[in-house]
Amino acid sequence: MIKKEMIAMLLAGGQGSRLGVLTSGMAKPAVSFGGKYRIIDFPLSNCINSGVDTVGVLTQYMPLRLNTHIGIGIPWDLDKNVGGVSVLPPYEKIEHTEWYTGTANAIFQNMNYMESFNPDYVLILSGDHIYKMDYETMLDFHKENGADVTIAVMPVPMEEAKRFGIMITDENKKITDFEEKPAHPRSNLASMGIYIFSWPALKEALIANQNQPGLDFGKHVIPYCRDKGEALYAYEFNGYWKDVGTLTSYWEANMELIDIVPDFNLYEEYWKIYTKSVSLPPQYFGENSHVERSIIGEGSEIYGQVYNSVIGCDVIVGEGTVVRDSILMNNTVIGAGSSLQKVITAEDVTIGSNVHLGVGDEAPNETDPSIYREGLVVLGEGTSIPDNVNVGKNVMINGAAEPSDFPGGTLQSGRTLVKGGM
Amino acid sequence: MRAVGIILAGGSSSRMKELSHKRAVCAMPIAGSYRSIDFALSNMEHSKIQRVAVLTQYNARSLSDHLSSSKWWNFGRKQGGMFLLTPSFADADSNWYRGTADAMAQNLEFLKNSHEPYVVITSGDCVYKLDYNEVLEYHVNKRADITVVCREMPENANIERYGTIKMDEDDRIEEMEEKPIVAQSNIISCGIYIIRRRQLIELLEKSREEGRFDFVQDILIRYRGIKKIYGYRMKNYWSNIASVEDYFNTNMDFLQKETRDYFFKQYPEVHSKVADLPPAKYNVGVTVKNSLLASGCIVNGTVENSVLFQKAYIGNNCVIRNSLILNDVYIGDNTYIENCIVESGGTIQANSYYKGENGIKIVVEKGERFTM
Repeated sequence: MIKKEMIAMLLAGGQGSRLGVLTSGMAKPAVSFGGKYRIIDFPLSNCINSGVDTVGVLTQYMPLRLNTHIGIGIPWDLDKNVGGVSVLPPYEKIEHTEWYTGTANAIFQNMNYMESFNPDYVLILSGDHIYKMDYETMLDFHKENGADVTIAVMPVPMEEAKRFGIMITDENKKITDFEEKPAHPRSNLASMGIYIFSWPALKEALIANQNQPGLDFGKHVIPYCRDKGEALYAYEFNGYWKDVGTLTSYWEANMELIDIVPDFNLYEEYWKIYTKSVSLPPQYFGENSHVERSIIGEGSEIYGQVYNSVIGCDVIVGEGTVVRDSILMNNTVIGAGSSLQKVITAEDVTIGSNVHLGVGDEAPNETDPSIYREGLVVLGEGTSIPDNVNVGKNVMINGAAEPSDFPGGTLQSGRTLVKGGM
Repeated sequence: MRAVGIILAGGSSSRMKELSHKRAVCAMPIAGSYRSIDFALSNMEHSKIQRVAVLTQYNARSLSDHLSSSKWWNFGRKQGGMFLLTPSFADADSNWYRGTADAMAQNLEFLKNSHEPYVVITSGDCVYKLDYNEVLEYHVNKRADITVVCREMPENANIERYGTIKMDEDDRIEEMEEKPIVAQSNIISCGIYIIRRRQLIELLEKSREEGRFDFVQDILIRYRGIKKIYGYRMKNYWSNIASVEDYFNTNMDFLQKETRDYFFKQYPEVHSKVADLPPAKYNVGVTVKNSLLASGCIVNGTVENSVLFQKAYIGNNCVIRNSLILNDVYIGDNTYIENCIVESGGTIQANSYYKGENGIKIVVEKGERFTM
């Protein structure tokens, strides 16, 4: 008989529109992070490091990059005879076929998958957080309290509590009430979107609410469990946890990795983060290069200067080029004599010679001022920039730009340039 | 491909000095992220050889660790696979491998159980890229019994530790000498051979009966008059690493753009066991010039004209010049290292000074390490 004590269901179907052009071609969990990783590597590595060897990954939005990254799970040792990783897209049914309409609806549609492992507990994860967490300790807490549902929470500053789902608990960490983004928060324990359900409780709640449109854990399932009088507990987590849902938080989280001893340390032997290695060779530094406060991935070649930056694999920084405060994802190629200030390049971006990105005064972005801000210049996957042009701040460029897109050789701050021909 | 592969990985070499205490030559780290045997294995993989035997006996721990899974070279298949063959001591007349021919003779079952008509034999301590299909095509066209891959060395090269070859105008080998004192030719054998499988089995069985154990001496040289042995001239990069000097120089070759591009950027890629290390990290006050650094390194000092292998830690105010720092070395603050090979796993205390005068110095330091 097949039996797994706890299986994980990882929600990876969302677009993550607040990451702007970075998610125009792939789901948020597939976006690169920290040089060589992708966001989904963190929950997947947590799973295997916690002894959870059965993970269903729910995909929907632009899943190709995610599928090729996960494969059969070899990098995470999730290629198992029984269990391992399974990618679970929405599928056609005899009647009532639908997309995943909400977080809990996606889980509901995969009832057969969960049932096949005969689990005692189901761990619900989302694929857009950077953290290291031992789910086994959380499970122990769940068992000790005889809980039906355990919600991972972290203390946040009281003044920020109104941005989160807040849990109100008694002295035994039993949840007595909760509020979504309260104007006047009664607690500072924010839900991290990580749940352990006892299987009977989850199954019953999903079946009972199956006709609810857009069935969601936070909006429907958790309130249902509370109203039914089930035992809900809050498991307090005090380690590093970062939601990289917006471009600015994504940029900040990357920059935190280059501190001398970062809060989130990738260099610890214990609790390794695994990823699919796209490149093996060492990185090369030229005769006239300079590097400070940066992390750099395999196979990159640095002939210019790199300061305070996170650089992926197989990146080339040309002679005399200066890169500051930037994130360059895999296969970014930059010519000679250019400068980059606070730039995020998605994968396979080509930048010519004598190009200056992030210069001049700030101006709000013309199309998405709430996304492209803080002076960031963001280049979408496969973008190319011709030689001898200047680009301002809060700019987004996606596609193959030509010299004619830069009147007078300059693209002003705040502009959005979307080109075809990628 | 219509061949099985044999990688001769048994060798130890006194010319590797202290570096051979720890591992077989073909497990030596190369170019930051690789091991010597990765090149032969990747060549086999890309030549579409499906069955590969790795013959080893000397200090195989490091090697068997590296080869603990065959998936990195795509040999974890139902058809074929990778076989690590060490001497087995099953009955009273068991022996260590007494030579390369003996190593193969002791594993004749591997050859007998194969069905491919040819065998590609290569040593595991050479850095090169080669499509064995091209050599096989040459072998078939020449109607050769054995083909030896060879290479013309520059006039001034020191070739005393190689086998030298003299060929006629048709490239049939007339003379072959192992480690000649006065070389008759500047063409050397690269230690890569193609031979028909049944022919190899026959020759190995015969040699064993006669108490002869060495493939070069007792098969190639002994049979050169009666068997048609041809030389295949290899033009691209090839380097044998089995002496300290050659090992050092081979690694330094990767600081040349053309060598790097040839191995790292051009198809096919060289594969290796994946180490799952974080990106290399550079803190404040760092200078890195003309150097290669592998993943997992943390640098706080100066590195010039050097290769840093995986997980090297370089302390504040250190200067590393013209050196190889092998895997997982910790170098304390204010240390100066020049013209050295620092053995893997070493811990070098702060304020140390090492400089190789008249050649390369091998640094083996097993100091205590305190980690965070």
